[in-house]
Amino acid sequence: MEPRAPDEPLVSVSDLTVRFSRTGQTIQAVNGVSFDLAPGEVLGVLGESGSGKSVTLRAMLRILPAHRSSVTGTIRVAGRDVLALSGAELEDYRGGTVSMIFQEPMLSFDPVFTIGQQIAESVRRHMKVDQQAARARALEMLDRVQIPSAKRRLDAYPHEMSGGMRQRAMIALALACKPKLLLADEPTTALDATVQIQILLLLRELQREFGMSVIFVTHDVGVAIEVADRIAVMYAGRIVETGSVREVIRTPRHPYTQGLLSSTVRGELRGQRIEAIPGSPPDLAAMPPGCAFAPRCKHARDECLRAVPGAVDVGGGHEARCVLLKLAA
Amino acid sequence: MTLLTVSGLRKHFPLKKDLLGRGGGTVHAVDGITFDVAQGETLGVVGESGCGKSTMARLLLRLIEPDEGLIRLEGRAVGTQMPLTEARGKMQMVFQDSFASLNPRLTVEDSIAFGPIVHGLPRAQARERARSLLARVGLEPLRFAGRYPHELSGGQRQRVNIARALALRPKIVILDEAVSALDKSIEAQVLNLLLDLKVEFGLTYVFISHDLNVVRYMSDRVIVMYLGKIAEAGPAESVFGDTRHPYTRALFSAMPSMDPDRRTQQPPLIGDPPNPIDPPPGCRFKGRCAHAEDICGRGDITLTSAGAEHRVACLMTQPGSGHSSAPGKAA
Ligand SMILES: Nc1ncnc2c1ncn2[C@@H]1O[C@H](COP(=O)(O)OP(=O)(O)OP(=O)(O)O)[C@@H](O)[C@H]1O
Ligand SMILES: Nc1ncnc2c1ncn2[C@@H]1O[C@H](COP(=O)(O)OP(=O)(O)OP(=O)(O)O)[C@@H](O)[C@H]1O
Ligand code: SF4
Ligand SMILES: [Mg+2]
Ligand SMILES: [Mg+2]
Repeated sequence: MEPRAPDEPLVSVSDLTVRFSRTGQTIQAVNGVSFDLAPGEVLGVLGESGSGKSVTLRAMLRILPAHRSSVTGTIRVAGRDVLALSGAELEDYRGGTVSMIFQEPMLSFDPVFTIGQQIAESVRRHMKVDQQAARARALEMLDRVQIPSAKRRLDAYPHEMSGGMRQRAMIALALACKPKLLLADEPTTALDATVQIQILLLLRELQREFGMSVIFVTHDVGVAIEVADRIAVMYAGRIVETGSVREVIRTPRHPYTQGLLSSTVRGELRGQRIEAIPGSPPDLAAMPPGCAFAPRCKHARDECLRAVPGAVDVGGGHEARCVLLKLAA
Repeated sequence: MTLLTVSGLRKHFPLKKDLLGRGGGTVHAVDGITFDVAQGETLGVVGESGCGKSTMARLLLRLIEPDEGLIRLEGRAVGTQMPLTEARGKMQMVFQDSFASLNPRLTVEDSIAFGPIVHGLPRAQARERARSLLARVGLEPLRFAGRYPHELSGGQRQRVNIARALALRPKIVILDEAVSALDKSIEAQVLNLLLDLKVEFGLTYVFISHDLNVVRYMSDRVIVMYLGKIAEAGPAESVFGDTRHPYTRALFSAMPSMDPDRRTQQPPLIGDPPNPIDPPPGCRFKGRCAHAEDICGRGDITLTSAGAEHRVACLMTQPGSGHSSAPGKAA
């Protein structure tokens, strides 16, 4: 085997925590998330609803409400200390270095401007080109994301588009300035299978073309398999398992990942109940001391409740945070 | 028993011309759709993004006015024989955009209780109902009742919307991508809940989704839409098991492979993306269909029976249509 220096990571997140304060309680939304991402690498993020996937991405883009949230830890992207950025540097980072596709397409468009105006404006600002070139770039991007009659849709307002078209327009907006890092939060949920595959192929193409790294949050395991190099699985604000797509999908090691993968509806007969993981996720305002999955886990034992299990490497960078692995080791 | 009848439903959106008089044209969002829904059944609706599913849903609730067509609920024409307010109490919708139907200034509990209070339920009872629904969609009321919409994750908000729609005890619930933001375990929980409530309250669902596995699992009958029209319709088992329309086949074959070593390399459909602006005559799938012949571009193609309750809008299934693959003329 040839020794090779590992790629300098584009992204390095370490011990990220995010807390929201509400009257009389603190919600621990993200609890010590750490990961690296190489240039051109695609990380697929799966996880429970409410487990902190969107909040992690929002923290990376620095768009959490400043007065009601507190963020600690470090986030480095392309050599910059993201949590220390301010003013013009922050402006340049958002949209220039990193851009985000939001879970709610309506949030990233202003209802009073046309789709074309909004994409062109972003291109003009970040790529420093004139109005005409910016509009041409907007048109090119709408075409690439498969919006029919892209030319006429440039002048459409967000509410005049279907859910899936808005989602594609948002993908066009996010990609127009060739970001180094794309944060994609459920970018294809509003798309039918045929368009979805085309968008995934487009993302793969762009990623090869200019080495873009992607963090891709999805609930669809099939989608993660199509795009991701590595997978991270989140539960209650922590990454509980991470590894290559093959490893995590074929031999999931954390009981939550195992439960998640077996709940997927795949040709069950009608009327037959689908298996869901019993119980509900922990109260993020009163996090249990040990493994957050313990109350729902059929393998739970005393040790699970004592302290948060550390990550155990089961080989080839496949890690999971579960005491069973420590016992087995 | 038929609960809802939709006939000849049509909605076109004119596009504005620009200053030079370019552009214009008309989006044929819903272009003559006819179907009915029986009491207690689940009708699945699938189709290409932009084919008119959400527009159809909004028309059913009369959130937008149809250009043409008639909607009957319990045999009475909505808008004339049945007042809109009455119809809206009987039909509820879970919107594709989870922020759309939640008031940002109301707590989750108040949002869910709002409808029942307006319809005369005492406050305390409405609150009680809101809390019990929150619990059933997997959101512990003690933790979530007092939250505002922006304090929830996407999937949590979507579940609040489902609870809100169910709170009025409607007869029909139209679910537009209602489980698309949920992880698979919660999705299973919500689908199980929908099936339970259906039995408990005799509900009827119109279930719009891009997830074909879920549609197959939930639906008794399915309609497949393409550019504002129905391409194929029938019992779920025959639409999925004996797929007839070339578009439906392409759609079903586009499901991800689920195998990291065999990723999809080719798009399932080539040709121009479908364009609802001033579509040409004939079959709307023609430009992308591998079986298209000249005859496909002439005249309207009607939905025609292709076996027990299974209807298809494709000349290849219509005896004597003139398409070279059409079956011989029926005796
Ligand atoms: N502004 C806020 N105030 C209080 N709590 C919040 C706020 N924003 C998010 N949360 C909580 O933080 C947790 C993480 O939310 P996040 O949106 O990251 O979840 P998610 O993993 O993206 O879930 P989903 O798959 O449902 O979108 C959730 O439990 C949510 O209720
Ligand atoms: N208010 C409007 N003005 C102009 N065009 C509109 C308006 N509302 C919808 N349309 C157009 O009508 C067509 C159908 O849209 P609709 O939202 O019904 O699609 P859909 O099937 O729900 O798609 P998706 O799966 O992407 O949500 C689209 O071309 C859309 O752009
Ligand atoms: S640490 Fe214990 S409770 Fe947590 S997943 Fe492993 S076995 Fe289950
Ligand atoms: Mg989210
Ligand atoms: Mg829609």
